[in-house]
Amino acid sequence: MTATQAQAQGTLEAVAARIRSHVVDMCAGPEGGHLGGAFSCADVLTALYFSVLNVDPERPDDPDRDRFLLSKGHAAVGLYATLAERGFFPVAELASYGRPGSRLMGHPVRAVPGVEMPTGSLGHGLALACGFALANRYAGRDARSFVLLGDGELQEGSVWEAAIAAASLRLDRLVAVVDRNGLQLTGATERIAPMEPLADRWRSFGWAVRDVDGHDPAALADHLSAAPWEPGRPSVLITRTVKGQGLPFLAGRAASHYVTLSERNHARAMAALRPKDTDG
Amino acid sequence: MSRATREAYRDTLLPLLARHPELICLDSDTGLFSADHAAAAGEQYLNLGIAEHNLMGMAAGLAACGRVPFVNTMAAFAASRALEAIKIDIAYNRLPVRIMATHGGLAAGHLGPTHQALEDLAVLRVLPGMTVVVPADAAATEAFVEQSLNLPGPLYVRLGRKPSPPLPAGPPPVIGRAQTLRQGGDVVLAACGPYPVLACLAAADALAGHGVEATVLNLHTLRPFDTDTLVAAARPAPLVVTVEEHWRGGGLGGAVAEALAEAAPTRVLRIGVPDRFVDTVGNQEHLVDHYDLTAERVVRTVRTALDTAALSGTTI
Repeated sequence: MTATQAQAQGTLEAVAARIRSHVVDMCAGPEGGHLGGAFSCADVLTALYFSVLNVDPERPDDPDRDRFLLSKGHAAVGLYATLAERGFFPVAELASYGRPGSRLMGHPVRAVPGVEMPTGSLGHGLALACGFALANRYAGRDARSFVLLGDGELQEGSVWEAAIAAASLRLDRLVAVVDRNGLQLTGATERIAPMEPLADRWRSFGWAVRDVDGHDPAALADHLSAAPWEPGRPSVLITRTVKGQGLPFLAGRAASHYVTLSERNHARAMAALRPKDTDG
Repeated sequence: MSRATREAYRDTLLPLLARHPELICLDSDTGLFSADHAAAAGEQYLNLGIAEHNLMGMAAGLAACGRVPFVNTMAAFAASRALEAIKIDIAYNRLPVRIMATHGGLAAGHLGPTHQALEDLAVLRVLPGMTVVVPADAAATEAFVEQSLNLPGPLYVRLGRKPSPPLPAGPPPVIGRAQTLRQGGDVVLAACGPYPVLACLAAADALAGHGVEATVLNLHTLRPFDTDTLVAAARPAPLVVTVEEHWRGGGLGGAVAEALAEAAPTRVLRIGVPDRFVDTVGNQEHLVDHYDLTAERVVRTVRTALDTAALSGTTI
């Protein structure tokens, strides 16, 4: 299935809605899941997998593929839903998430088709993606390397080690996305470890920076497709997002970070995700 | 001729880079590779700066794309600061990254506890799939670097800093295979690294003068551990003494004790750096003496442990 065919399955908004509904189902399973951070990046994942990335579920190890890493690995439920919707494995397998014997662990592992590297301990993804980008450059491949970082994750010093290296090596086929939802496990990132002005920080490290709405998948796709935005500089897209976006009883709340949805809240969530217009 | 193992590594790697385009040398500003070396290596050498977590992460990313990185750092920084990246990014993915760790053991000399690596063997050898070697001289270093080309998984190589003496001629060093440097049925002396192995050889000479025949093993590979050779050597002997530049816990002595406890229970006495941080200024030789990782200590340990009556009247 090509990206064009995948997109033909529906608008990017519709895909994102399906991804969110899968996440809700998984978070109603026995172990729950990181719903809030999966919802905040669902539109980015949609844009990447249904418009931007050159990947083929039939040939997941194609050396010329674009590579994507979910550095904020706790949003695994969002990645699993996206990979399944994109055809890397059957959507039905999502029901095994969190159940004994499943390969769908709470953080992504290589056993899951489409997952490039295991992630979850924060602050690893950008260095790995730098390695991908450098290897591609050496091999003369045009492929791009994408990495999605959490904003709380930016508190890890290793992120900035890698940011320095990427700029120093002029890795302009490297694209980072920051899921700037403003919340981490115990509260507001700005209360725990202020990071603003975030765009200036990245810019001062030598990156090309764009700071955008993170819930418009078509616009996100446009920005990501256009990277590199400045020759010789790696690109970072700071996406302003809402944790738990789309669920009135969880949106914008740190409590959405990790949830196990009760039957009642599962139903509430599914109702909230249902399209409001009934004319289709 | 005395030669530094870290220099032997560098001088072996440089020509290999030219022959093997998949190899890449990633440095963390260690100074081991001069500007001339770097220029000769071209794009196969990169100094990524003083950022060891990023060093390991980038190496993993490169290895995932088919490259074989040799990363240079000091053992102290590999084994502690960058350990999580080694564990998750490299070992978990079974990637062929070669961690070339200089200043191992007490080799940092007067630079102090921040730069000594006395825990590296313990923490590296528990990582699944990690090969851990401690070449005892420059020739072994060359051999291990060349053999690493056929190793599909990750490798940790503990190197020194300053020149160290060569081992006497013996069986060729092969990753994963213990070297039996001397055979005797009364006691097994087992060591890794330049000074400990030489101490065991000297101790074996001294003991032989008094009728105690020692087997001397160079257990340069801590993982995968050559249990068979160790057990065969230990079977006739009532005592195994280990010597290493490492805190006493978890390193070579730990590996030997684990292997023998499971396969052939034998008394194991472990000689290592006492359970404290380096507390004196000195070069490597001074520190080795200060912490008594010496032939005399090995002899004393053997004499005390074996039937001292058998040695009565002797002067060592």
